[in-house]
Amino acid sequence: MLLYTLLAGLLFGLYFSLIGLGLNLVFGVMRIVNLAHGDFLMLGAFLAFWLFTLFAVNPISAIPIVFALFAVVGLPLYYLLVPRLLKARDPEMLSFILFFGLSQVIEAITTIAFGTSERSIPGVQLGIVIATVKGLFVGHKVDNGPIEIFGQTFPAAWVASGVVSGLAVLFVYLYLYRTRLGYLTRAVMVNREEAIATGINVHRVSAFAFGIGLGLAAVAGVFAPFMLGSITPAMGVEVTVTSFTVIVIGSLGNPLGTVLGGLVYGISYMFMQSYYSSWANLLPYLLLIAILLVRPSGLLGRQVRRA
Amino acid sequence: MRHVLLILVPVVATFAILPSVYSNHLLLFNFMIFIMLAQGVNVIYGFTGYLPFGYVGFFGAGAYGFSLMVIHLQAPPLLALPVGAGAAVVLGLFLTPLFRLSGAYFSIANLAAALAVLQVVSNPNLESITKGPYGISLSGVFNPTLAYGTALAVLAATLGLVIYLRNSRFGMALQAIREDPISAGMAGINVVRERIIAWLLSALIAGLAGGVFAWYVSVFYPETVFSGEFTIFAIVFALFGGNATVVGPILGVVILYGLYNAVGISTPQYFQLIYGALIMGLVLFLPNGLVSLLRRWGLNVP
Repeated sequence: MLLYTLLAGLLFGLYFSLIGLGLNLVFGVMRIVNLAHGDFLMLGAFLAFWLFTLFAVNPISAIPIVFALFAVVGLPLYYLLVPRLLKARDPEMLSFILFFGLSQVIEAITTIAFGTSERSIPGVQLGIVIATVKGLFVGHKVDNGPIEIFGQTFPAAWVASGVVSGLAVLFVYLYLYRTRLGYLTRAVMVNREEAIATGINVHRVSAFAFGIGLGLAAVAGVFAPFMLGSITPAMGVEVTVTSFTVIVIGSLGNPLGTVLGGLVYGISYMFMQSYYSSWANLLPYLLLIAILLVRPSGLLGRQVRRA
Repeated sequence: MRHVLLILVPVVATFAILPSVYSNHLLLFNFMIFIMLAQGVNVIYGFTGYLPFGYVGFFGAGAYGFSLMVIHLQAPPLLALPVGAGAAVVLGLFLTPLFRLSGAYFSIANLAAALAVLQVVSNPNLESITKGPYGISLSGVFNPTLAYGTALAVLAATLGLVIYLRNSRFGMALQAIREDPISAGMAGINVVRERIIAWLLSALIAGLAGGVFAWYVSVFYPETVFSGEFTIFAIVFALFGGNATVVGPILGVVILYGLYNAVGISTPQYFQLIYGALIMGLVLFLPNGLVSLLRRWGLNVP
């Protein structure tokens, strides 16, 4: 039981890191709060659902398509919204309201287009992929049922989500620390004014970060039917709150801190579920407030307060 | 004094007279509730710049404080109301440490606090105290006429408070804190104290509104009075009209909530779409609200 809870918490924790990752990247670079984050995740989930239903595209193969599409949508969306917003008196606060409006628009359009019924993708689809990959290593065909780790059995979908989330974190790390654009991105995160002064095209860097942020949200959406339950147009708000909890625990504005936040959140969530389930829903909020009060900058953060 | 005559008296008189000519009293009542809430957001966001993303927590605390007094102590409603409002103020006091956080951190923590209160109130384990998720019924004290009258009084008090803030040294001090807390402190303003007073006043308004709301509707669920829509509506109404003014939030409520009732009830998705687009347009093109438009035409907006 203890081992099972811990391992399940780890898998969910990795997935929660993926959920928060895009939001944190956007906040870190632009200092704006993307309250529509959960809705982009919802759109990603719907895209994966339709790709699977109409063209029988396996969710794993859908990931690159989903990511690319949302990253490409993110660039013009950035130029449409953010530069104008940053000219206002208090962009950080107004971004709350602006992106709340965007989330309303997305939710309304999705509802008008698809209705409010719940949808899901059969979890066995992810099992098939894992079984195929395993089959390549082992050399013979493997059964695509649940997966065993340290003697505990987990649904294949959980393992697949955990692995892909880990890979996505690695991807963001490589982008930030091994590419030129990532180097510039980190410069903007550390000090925006100095980045402008050194001639960095801040808007270009931010637009890319915004696109990647949306892409990551959408990729997290691909796994939403397996990890968060069935998908509906209204699921966005709850996801947004969860992702906030995750990134605040990790530390706002530090994308890699998100991983720590996700793991802390996932493991404590699983323990609450197993041992104290009726109060489990209270956990994210209490954790959020406690962390904010004790260490407002998050577990890994630097000092951020101004006044 | 001029503002009291020009704004407070006409608004309150309108809501006092309308029930005799217009039969949908619940709608009129909701208009009053939203004017109170929008003004409450105005007090804390408009004047001090802290965006309370969990503002509904005070509303819910007021509603539950009121209801629990009535259910467990059989208190008369007019006595239960101040107690309910007191519950909201106590919650506000508990949350004062959040002011150590700035900007987005404060808003998120406030949201989390409101959701945490909802989780506690609606927890089935506390059914004997709060009725858990099964909701509250106050049929014993149901009295819409008196509740409506009380709401009028609360509305008048709220408007009076905002008019006072708009014209007093205290209101100026709050706006100075919003613009630059450090300079305000240097100018001799007790930043921490003034900010907390504004916060508690704002909580008091929402608590009173919640209490009257509970009394008037008399049957509700935890999700009803802790619904995030109250927060969002109140913030958007206040922002749409124009913060740190008296008329702004009233204008916002009358226009947007009127629109909501004209379109929103029959086709909610289309309303949501229009609403979302309106909010985005507002932030991008008119971040200081409708009153900034009036100001541009050279009018002095109270």
